[in-house]
Amino acid sequence: MTESLLSGEDLKVTFRARGGGQARALDGANLSVSKGEIVAIVGESGCGKTTLARTLLGLEKPDEGKVWFKGEPLEYSGRALKRYRRQVQLVLQDPSGSLNPRHSVYEAVAEGPRVHGMADEVGQVTRALSQAGLRPPERFFLRYPHELSGGQRQRVVIAGALALDPEVLIADEPVSSLDASVRGEILALLLKLREELGLTVLVVTHDLGLAWNIADRIVVMYLGRIVEQGSTEEVLSSPKHPYTKALLSVVPEIRHTESIVLAGEPPDPTQIPGGCRFHPRCQELAGGAAAAVADKCTSQDLRILTGAAGEHQAACWLSS
Amino acid sequence: MALLEMRDVHVTYRSQEGPIPAVRGVNLSLDPGQILGVAGESGCGKSTLASTVLRLFPADATVTGEVLVDGDDVLTMKWGQVRAARWAKASIVFQGALHSLNPIQRVDKQLMEPILLHEADVGEKAARKRVVELLEQVGLPGRLASAYPHQMSGGQKQRVMIALALACRPQVLIADEPTTALDVMVQAQVLDLLSSIARDHGLALMIISHDLSVLATTCDEVLVMYAGRVVEEGPAGDVFEHPKHPYTRALSAAFPTIGDMTSRFAPSGLPGDPPLPGELVSGCPFRPRCPEAEDRCAEAEPDLRPATDDQLAACIHIGEAVST
Repeated sequence: MTESLLSGEDLKVTFRARGGGQARALDGANLSVSKGEIVAIVGESGCGKTTLARTLLGLEKPDEGKVWFKGEPLEYSGRALKRYRRQVQLVLQDPSGSLNPRHSVYEAVAEGPRVHGMADEVGQVTRALSQAGLRPPERFFLRYPHELSGGQRQRVVIAGALALDPEVLIADEPVSSLDASVRGEILALLLKLREELGLTVLVVTHDLGLAWNIADRIVVMYLGRIVEQGSTEEVLSSPKHPYTKALLSVVPEIRHTESIVLAGEPPDPTQIPGGCRFHPRCQELAGGAAAAVADKCTSQDLRILTGAAGEHQAACWLSS
Repeated sequence: MALLEMRDVHVTYRSQEGPIPAVRGVNLSLDPGQILGVAGESGCGKSTLASTVLRLFPADATVTGEVLVDGDDVLTMKWGQVRAARWAKASIVFQGALHSLNPIQRVDKQLMEPILLHEADVGEKAARKRVVELLEQVGLPGRLASAYPHQMSGGQKQRVMIALALACRPQVLIADEPTTALDVMVQAQVLDLLSSIARDHGLALMIISHDLSVLATTCDEVLVMYAGRVVEEGPAGDVFEHPKHPYTRALSAAFPTIGDMTSRFAPSGLPGDPPLPGELVSGCPFRPRCPEAEDRCAEAEPDLRPATDDQLAACIHIGEAVST
């Protein structure tokens, strides 16, 4: 693998499902992120994108596989995790839900530095608020979440992560609950943080437009595996995997030729189909375009993508 | 004849700081089978506007103008008539489907309630039969009738909400942010469903959303609201692709066209926050955030004026030689 800042190797995470079954939320995923890179993890609910993010954050211990940070394997002792989380921070979705309504902006942002016993708390909070675009920072110290607009609240959440001076931000749907007009502002902020602080950003989202706006690389997940990855331009301009093609075709836009609306509900990780895991919903297989490889589609599992940076890879019998 | 018509509708809320004008003079008209989109940020008055159709606004709100549902003015009706009109003439698919269903009641019971309340001649057996029909109409298997909400996915719950709104066969359907919390693929399914229901059954459908791209692909016409007023209206595709009002331009640019290199690493937003309804500036309310504002924008609030043959926009630059 090329030099990576944060990576996951053959990650598997299994949850016990209702009724005694097992949900294979992550079923062998490789991802490596370089310093200063912005990577978007996309897919439907239940595809494992949030589990991948949580595993990379150390919030979930993988049953198999390892998380690597700066060349060291992540350890799961309380002390090691605490040290790790100072460097790899989570930005939650829905700022209205993740901020305590009775904590002022100052208290919300100061919590991290306090937990980690950092010196000069006021200085850290001031710096973080200013980096998150809340200026002048002192004016926001004593404000409460209900006095802020949606965009400002999201900035407070981001400031809370920045207060620890991390190297990596992992943002789960950072703009999905925001107004269209505010969305661009927050995305611009993430780009600016990368430029000014050299931050590495992982964004979990179902919004391909967001990926086009800010991500260097896209990782498309389906049922616990990465089914396609590559540079944003490659994946979105010439997608290889039928699932990526379908996702792209339902982005609301006018110029569409034809949208491929996949029938059925998001797939169920307690019942992963044999063969290619996408085959029951695959439009190429149903439409006959994959007739030549149809046998393989229904019976042979695909190799797990290596996740090597700089390569456009897809886990599909049609393109392998 | 239009199934839903609004004429110069104003809604003013009372507050300790004085009156708050939430909707300020909206006109619209919606024919059978037609789909109208209402776009705008939080606080622009779009949900308040929808609440007038069923007279669901709070008691301290002052509403003037006319809201005609199938020719009858909802605002002057007696309460008995309003109650009869709710569900049966017009209904709303509320925002946040994931939390609107009763978690401890089976789906069939929730769907039967409005039917039994509104249609005295329908017995329980017939109502049960209609529940299965309704579920099938929204693309769900009839067996889900006996399911509880927690046993369903987000998309399924949203479909149940739509079935609920259709339970008493209304002519006007209003969907308030019907897809906001849903995944892209499920969003596409729900939008397809809503538009086919409107077309097949001749319903007048109004979709409210902050996502102009969603409205552009689903609706015939779109109204863009800002600070309680309509600032642009026209055919959905034109409004999205060739917006005339600077505000619409900002909303439209917020959703990048994938493949368009000008938006690559250049997310587009609109600085500032939407104005609070109680604190409007003089002249054009969009002036403080407008990239094209001039001194004369402070003089008077512009009215809607024709920008093209079928597009209207409320901006003083419309119709001037250098318009873009």
